[in-house]
Amino acid sequence: MIDAFNIYDKMERHNILLSFKGDITSELLTSILQIMENKMDNMMEEPKTKKKVYNVLVECLQNLYHHMDDATDENGDKNRSAIFMIARNKGSYNIITGNYILNENIHGLKSRLDDVNSLNKDQLKDYYKAVLNNGEMSLKGGGGLGMIDIARKTGEKLDYNFLEIDNKVSFFTLIIKVTQPQLIQ
Amino acid sequence: MEKYAIEGTPKTPTISFDIQNGVLEIKGRSIPENSIEFYKPLVDALDKYSTASKPATTVNIQLEYFNTSSSKCILDVFKKLEAIHKGGSAVTINWHYEEDDEDMLEAGEDYQAIINVPFKMVQVAE
Repeated sequence: MIDAFNIYDKMERHNILLSFKGDITSELLTSILQIMENKMDNMMEEPKTKKKVYNVLVECLQNLYHHMDDATDENGDKNRSAIFMIARNKGSYNIITGNYILNENIHGLKSRLDDVNSLNKDQLKDYYKAVLNNGEMSLKGGGGLGMIDIARKTGEKLDYNFLEIDNKVSFFTLIIKVTQPQLIQ
Repeated sequence: MEKYAIEGTPKTPTISFDIQNGVLEIKGRSIPENSIEFYKPLVDALDKYSTASKPATTVNIQLEYFNTSSSKCILDVFKKLEAIHKGGSAVTINWHYEEDDEDMLEAGEDYQAIINVPFKMVQVAE
């Protein structure tokens, strides 16, 4: 039997405001964003914090949305499922996403994340402008700007992990910390 | 075609393009999953306008949020405006940002650095 209390207790201890596991659809994202806006209004969050969290949330969720299909195999759709959680800690929000990724795609993603993590604020600005203006538009429209934008807006390193599930897929976890701007001196 | 208008939704902005007076306005949120599809009609309308542009073209951008998927499309819109500016219509882009929204101000400055059209940064109250 599923131990609901166990899951509840874990979420409570990690200060999870909202979590979802399943297929990520456009309609779901619309609802989640609406719910988070209402929650932040109810918590009387500072407008600056609300904007940062909202912006970063949009990028994280749309990353999931666009890459959900990437690890779907011919055996079925078990991999067409992802998880995300939003936690509110003292002075910061954490946005956590998890999804399957084909092992062959890990190297490319990891080097992109490491590239972004190696840059400082000014370098990120230059990199963003260069990618914005490189004339390439991915079919998904983002053109590789998402991670750069998240790093720029949060001023934090992208915290990630790849957990190998089998010889075909791994589970990719990304943790984004958004510090409440009024606490940055 | 004298006017091109699109009503805003929770994920897409309100767009109004008054071709008669050369005034284009984009307001609200631009966070669609597929922004290429959303912006194509506007890019097409600007293409058409460029063949018969007014002596002056005013562009008001007042976005609350935009995602990275929109940012390349917005650059495409600005590149069309740059061509219209070169073609003889005096284009001004008024980039509005809310007081304290440094990210939105910086985003405007990024475009200003890339596009060769006069930009005005306009601060609005929250």
